[in-house]
Amino acid sequence: MVVKLIDIAKVIRSKNSGPFELTFDIIFKDEEIYKKVKGKKAINSELIKKLYRISEDKIIGIFYFDPALAVKFTIVRPLPAGYLGETDIYGAQQHAPLLAAQLEL
Amino acid sequence: MEKVKILSPTAILGYGFPVKSFEAGLNKRPDVIAVDAGSVDPGPYYLGAGKSFTQRAAVKRDLYYMLKASAELKIPVLIGTAGGAGGRVHLMEVVEIIQELASENKLSFKMAVIDTEIDKEWLKEKVSHGKTKPLGNLPDLTVQEVEEAVRIVAQAGMEPFIKALEAGSQVIVAGRAFDPAVFAAYPVAQGFDVGLSLHLGKILECAAIATEPGSGSDCLMGEIDLEGFVVYPLNPERRATPLSVSAHSLYEKTSPFELHGPGGKLDLAQVNFQAVDDRTVRVTGTKFIKTPEYWLKIEGVKRVGFRAISIAGSRDPKFIENFREIALGVKKRVEDNFPELKGKYYLNFIPYGINGVMGELEPENKLSHEIGIVMDVVAEDKNTAEQILSFARSTMLHYGFPGRISTAGNLAFPFSPSDIPVGDVYNFSIHHLVEVDNPEILFPVEYFEVGG
Repeated sequence: MVVKLIDIAKVIRSKNSGPFELTFDIIFKDEEIYKKVKGKKAINSELIKKLYRISEDKIIGIFYFDPALAVKFTIVRPLPAGYLGETDIYGAQQHAPLLAAQLEL
Repeated sequence: MEKVKILSPTAILGYGFPVKSFEAGLNKRPDVIAVDAGSVDPGPYYLGAGKSFTQRAAVKRDLYYMLKASAELKIPVLIGTAGGAGGRVHLMEVVEIIQELASENKLSFKMAVIDTEIDKEWLKEKVSHGKTKPLGNLPDLTVQEVEEAVRIVAQAGMEPFIKALEAGSQVIVAGRAFDPAVFAAYPVAQGFDVGLSLHLGKILECAAIATEPGSGSDCLMGEIDLEGFVVYPLNPERRATPLSVSAHSLYEKTSPFELHGPGGKLDLAQVNFQAVDDRTVRVTGTKFIKTPEYWLKIEGVKRVGFRAISIAGSRDPKFIENFREIALGVKKRVEDNFPELKGKYYLNFIPYGINGVMGELEPENKLSHEIGIVMDVVAEDKNTAEQILSFARSTMLHYGFPGRISTAGNLAFPFSPSDIPVGDVYNFSIHHLVEVDNPEILFPVEYFEVGG
């Protein structure tokens, strides 16, 4: 079954975790769907590498956090917040590619 | 003491809160009011320029209610990361507001001021003895980086706050501080568990953001006992749920299972979030793991230059299609025209409508029917920045490109003047850890009798 992430998530957000990292939180609508995503490890480094066009070494971690029905992943910022040429000081608009993501469940 | 009640009025001092929520919090008889006043999120400018991202009048408004409540209930008020960035100049601005409020409202109290700006000589010594290490993917700290930094602050832990509380201070204001420390200091001083106190602090630091619906400008109450803590909002329109509170444990940090701070880390792997009623959540199971050495996070910025920008738009499909080549061509023309300034300026175009938000992380590759362009120039001084910007702007306005039939001008400018001086630009140059022997000595606490 292929599902759109936007149809099964309640929250999809990005934010700085300090000036040198971007962190992404995906919080699912219910426990059943969260468990399916977690069981299949549907949010994984392959997906992140493809969506953000980054290499494995830029992924700091992927975490499934049961109490919040959430998946979190953190990547190295292409440029530190506020650096010359950097375009998103808070990192709050880097979630967009996740809105179009599809998962195989 | 079996229980400590902590009132968090707002996510950032100056973001405001409804008076009704705050009064509902006071009716619960809190033992302490604590607030976080800053963040590194607005970028390097504020630490560098010595300014706050909050407005003085808004900070004064929030402090008015907090100081009045503190006087009436005879409870301490703790403020961390004063003035947004927590440098000495930021700290002194908040101290001045507090003194002003005390004299206007005839309040008198003992105030503790904790300076967390770092002495460069002390830090250079640490660097040369290998007592610093980078956070994330930064290079090792060098003596030169320390010298070039405009201002360096360290994130204080709970120790100086506890010291100030034990000295009987009613108002405690600190420079840069670990966000949860201002909330955790009082319960830890009363003997409550460090892990639970810091985790409660982590949730309280953004106030009602951890509720549904969330808000950074509304109050949140926390009550800690010997086995755990509860949090609940004071506005009847909000609810704290196991999901809203646990989701906040994720917020703005690398991992949901570990939260590193001064002297150790919080282990959240065994945490339990349970609904007490439909608006209150109980949390248990957080552990604090002390590190053998005591590491502090330090933040520093250096000045990069002066920025001037211009904002323009295009609605011409051929111009948009050729934008990358046009931008390169304009840069080339600027180089040709000012060979003597080579290497002395930075020129960049941010094309909104062509991956302006995500840059190299953008997976899409489609063109918009109109684009916005921000021309960004940074140079050592204002004159050079304005000179380069003016030339780049007029060159792009009249630049010839394949298929151009609109020969009157390529750009729509929404403003006159079209060129805007922005000010000094800074970069985060220090984001490291430093090992300290005694965190109390590093952060001197000064005491003042205010008012009276």
